[in-house]
Amino acid sequence: MNPPLLHVEGLGKRYRLSRRLPWQAAPEVQALDGVDFTLLAGRSLGIVGESGSGKSTLARIVMALERPSAGRVRLDGDDLHALDAAALRAKRQRLQMVFQDPYGSLDPRRTVGHSVAEPLAVLQGAKAAEQAERVAQALHEVGLAPADAAKYPHEFSGGQRQRIAIARALIVRPALIVADEPVSALDVSVQAQVLNLMQDLRDKLGISFLLISHDLAVVNLIADEVLVLQAGRVVERGTPESLFARPQHPYTQRLLAAVPGVLSR
Amino acid sequence: MSLLALADLRVALPLPDGGMADALRGVSLTLEAGATLGLIGESGCGKSLTALAIMGLLPDGSRLAGSIRLDGRELIGLPEREHAALRGRRMAMVFQEPMSALNPLHTLASQIGEPLRLHQGLSASAARAESLRLLERVQLPQASARLDAYPHQLSGGQRQRVVIAIALACRPALLLADEPTTALDATVQREVLDLLLQLVREDGMALLLISHDLAMMAQTVQQLAVMYAGQIVEHGTSADVLQTPAHPYTRGLIAARPRLGLARGTRLATIPGRVPPLGAMPPGCGFAPRCTYAVAACSAAVPWVHPVGPGHTARCIRTDVVQATPPTPDVLNAR
Repeated sequence: MNPPLLHVEGLGKRYRLSRRLPWQAAPEVQALDGVDFTLLAGRSLGIVGESGSGKSTLARIVMALERPSAGRVRLDGDDLHALDAAALRAKRQRLQMVFQDPYGSLDPRRTVGHSVAEPLAVLQGAKAAEQAERVAQALHEVGLAPADAAKYPHEFSGGQRQRIAIARALIVRPALIVADEPVSALDVSVQAQVLNLMQDLRDKLGISFLLISHDLAVVNLIADEVLVLQAGRVVERGTPESLFARPQHPYTQRLLAAVPGVLSR
Repeated sequence: MSLLALADLRVALPLPDGGMADALRGVSLTLEAGATLGLIGESGCGKSLTALAIMGLLPDGSRLAGSIRLDGRELIGLPEREHAALRGRRMAMVFQEPMSALNPLHTLASQIGEPLRLHQGLSASAARAESLRLLERVQLPQASARLDAYPHQLSGGQRQRVVIAIALACRPALLLADEPTTALDATVQREVLDLLLQLVREDGMALLLISHDLAMMAQTVQQLAVMYAGQIVEHGTSADVLQTPAHPYTRGLIAARPRLGLARGTRLATIPGRVPPLGAMPPGCGFAPRCTYAVAACSAAVPWVHPVGPGHTARCIRTDVVQATPPTPDVLNAR
């Protein structure tokens, strides 16, 4: 049997803070503590929790941008943090990330085509002609025109920029996209376009999302399973239907109570 | 006499190429003392600009026309010194980012005390005592111990409480709050909004709340004005606007929201096209190019404000057709 796409076991992360006084021990915060989950190919996982709960730390460790203090992240069975630089670079083709702020994540002085092609050039050393073709295809997949490759980021709206960021993640044909608050900077109507696109990619291309969001309704739409993080620990997990209909943990209940319900008819 | 009355307010902003762009195109609204009004719409529709125009904080080179009256007094054309004397004293504003609204180099006591010393001529010690009272009023935990704290020592929610304390310092009659809780966690959001509402009630202040969050608005304000392309396109009680929306844009916004209870995989209704950029307003109704109900007449002239119910208006010539259609996402998607 194939190993699961992503397997996280006993993940812990401790940050050392600067010491207040020279003779004191430096205080530490436990950003993540004993986080376990398994994500099968084609399935999507939502991580919810408030700021400081460890959501973004988890994303950074899964992306191998940071090392865990304890535990392991296995992608296709391989321990990500035990790989050497070359093997990790090869693995990055399976694993891409989309950030919250589409304004900050695109280089304003590069054309969209250049930004979108960058992972392809870096990770696969693709030739210029092949790059242009794949850029056109990736832009098409996110609902933009191939001609948009010659434009600059400022010529696009926020939602279009987030689609460009998704095209850049898609171009290496990843199995997993880690999306950290991908729609929270977007307007309602634009947010709907990006969420529909994410659903299409999940359903048509079989891409898995590790979706980090504080918005339970967004997670409800995308994820097959949801983890609720509080102070670095998983306090509750389940399908969105069961979790949001019958929250067991007081923290989940509090999160749900904070969702304004007037329009949720 | 209303506390605040905007009549046909028009604002043109200078463009980088030297031209001018019409950003507000005839905004009219009134706000009575003690009332709460929400301005809703997407980025670039003119919500924040409306608030900045009232505060007299528009960028240099902006052109204003129409009328902004506070306590019956015309603010357009008011000398900057007199406008500045009103800011903080008669009207105050709470911004989205509490961290950038606070000065990182000054203690809480000195920042809350500033308007008190400036507008009310309080002595340093009196301002400090009043600052403590204000921090207690916005329910900052351990207020007395935090008078000499700096903003970075507080959490986001606590900082926003401090910003609110500063805004309330001189008991303004009008509080403008521009996305005051967008940067905060969901559970903290509700606490801060409840606090704002409580303070508004206690002081009989009027609140103009700006947000893109429909559901949050529904729970917070009595009246709602939906803005699009520099105009108010729908106005009424929150309940009327959200439950029987009459303008196609309002309907589009409501349908596009992801909601708990939607089945996984449900496609959200989207509004085709995008918000027209400044300086490229379509003729007639600004929403017509994106509207599923649009007919040729929509682009011929800017629609009048049509009454669609008691105290409920929409700037649309097709409200009879719109209202005859049930507001479901499917209808909005059909094109």
